[in-house]
Amino acid sequence: MYTQALDIPQPKRDEPAGRAPENAAYQAEFDAKIDAGGYIEAKDWMPEAYRRTLIRQISQHAHSEIVGMLPEGNWITRAPTLKRKAILLAKVQDEGGHGLYLYAAAETLGVSRDELVEALHSGRAKYSSIFNYPTLTWADIGVIGWLVDGAAIMNQIPLCKCSYGPYARAMVRICKEESFHQRQGYDLLLTMMRGTAEQREMVQDAVNRWWWPSIMMFGPHDKDSVHTESARWGIKRISNDDLRQKFVDATVKQAEVLGVTLPDPELKWNEARGHHDFGAIDWDEFWAVVGGHGQCNVDRLAARVEAWEDGAWVREAALEHERKRAARERRAA
Amino acid sequence: MNASPEHIDYVLRIGDNALILGQRTAEWCGHAPVLEEDMALANMALDLIGQARLLLTHAGRLEGRGRDEDQLAFLRTEGQYRNLTLCELPNDDFGRSMVRLFLFASFQELLFERLAQSSDAELGAIAAKSLKEARYHARHAGDWVVRLGDGTEASHARAQAALDYLWPYTAEMFAPAPGDEAVAAAGIGPAWSTLEADWEAVVLPAFGEATLTVPARTPFRSYGKFGRHSEHMGHLLATLQHMQRTYPGAQW
Repeated sequence: MYTQALDIPQPKRDEPAGRAPENAAYQAEFDAKIDAGGYIEAKDWMPEAYRRTLIRQISQHAHSEIVGMLPEGNWITRAPTLKRKAILLAKVQDEGGHGLYLYAAAETLGVSRDELVEALHSGRAKYSSIFNYPTLTWADIGVIGWLVDGAAIMNQIPLCKCSYGPYARAMVRICKEESFHQRQGYDLLLTMMRGTAEQREMVQDAVNRWWWPSIMMFGPHDKDSVHTESARWGIKRISNDDLRQKFVDATVKQAEVLGVTLPDPELKWNEARGHHDFGAIDWDEFWAVVGGHGQCNVDRLAARVEAWEDGAWVREAALEHERKRAARERRAA
Repeated sequence: MNASPEHIDYVLRIGDNALILGQRTAEWCGHAPVLEEDMALANMALDLIGQARLLLTHAGRLEGRGRDEDQLAFLRTEGQYRNLTLCELPNDDFGRSMVRLFLFASFQELLFERLAQSSDAELGAIAAKSLKEARYHARHAGDWVVRLGDGTEASHARAQAALDYLWPYTAEMFAPAPGDEAVAAAGIGPAWSTLEADWEAVVLPAFGEATLTVPARTPFRSYGKFGRHSEHMGHLLATLQHMQRTYPGAQW
């Protein structure tokens, strides 16, 4: 899954110490590489602001994967068949894996995973707001795969070509798995839509709840976005509104095949634009959830903090055992 | 296929162990002490659920009444599940979960080694496939048992408490079941009691390395594999069976 496109300026204290002097020759070399569409690698010189932007975006993305394990994890023990249970377990495990690659990609920028996790737990770092909505029925699992992962893929495909090599390479792998998840989600929903009236109602209800939050995942309208250098740096290659339009256009047909109604009376094809028009997004809701007032914000973060704190003794034990083992080896040598 | 009731029960016991411990292990997902363990636990839960699917499908075929993996997994009453009580006990902390997994996976590893030569070819094939998984689970959990036992004072105390709590339930693994002899005589699989010495030869040294004290055997006995479960089982099944019980007959 994915972090929403959201550029929130971060306080200075999150910034790692600079590694190299800002130097005109280095800057020129960096700019030339970006302009030529090349990749910046971990050892290359890069402007501090570029490094900070990447750390913020990659870690936000990693946190989203980890927090995103919770709403779906909520249904693993209640999955209706063993096959679906196995698929869901594998999916949630993939998300943990995505978090791991992404934390590793962020670490190449000179920040530790522990620091990033601490920023999440203290509330300084953000994760995608989509995970602050509850998963109320089994159909939510299908709709998350179809709409949430679908929106994530739209957002992520351009990142496979982003200018920072380690992030781009992590995204290639993540995108492959995400498109698999999306197909599985859609398949789950198709099966339910072929079932009983009660199952079809369950799917429609889930679509009604997840549609607007899904299209909010692309972030504020371009005219309202905080302007950053992400586009010039080749980190963000397509605008929020363009990605959102692409997602809506693709999803309308999938909804028809599925036999569900997208909950927007203003959604209709606009021949002149060659795109679907759609209704106004409730940005008050979006900002309320971003601001910590969604239904699950408190519970999601509390679950992560609790897992971390409850596990402290385990992590300490592993370190202590390693120290003892090394000492025994030294004595034996 | 019309297999003997002992044969069906034998396969159900193995399948239900995997199902119920898989269900418990899956509860960890998203809540483990480190991200790597979240992934390892999800992976082990996935292996166990995968084993349960194969084994329950096979048990259903042996039974010949048209029950598939899901009917067996979700639609039996509590007394019809044949898993070891050990598998249904709550996870508690990471220490108890790892000690339990080590005790169980070591048992499963020995069982699958023996079953690889089963006269029941399907069971033999499932065991051969699952053996690698059990081996990995035993090694992974065993490494943690040593880390926790040998780690800090606090982790040692927790690991010891976990072992003290779980150890009495391990007697059930080796308790003879009616039909054991017939199953062994038919070459389907080993009688449970014949696994005990080999199992102890694996787990006792590991606990020694972990500086943990293995409690003496007591008269305590549990009877999950005979269908008499702990108080925890009903709650586990209420969650596991929720969807199938709420929407009878629906396809998912």
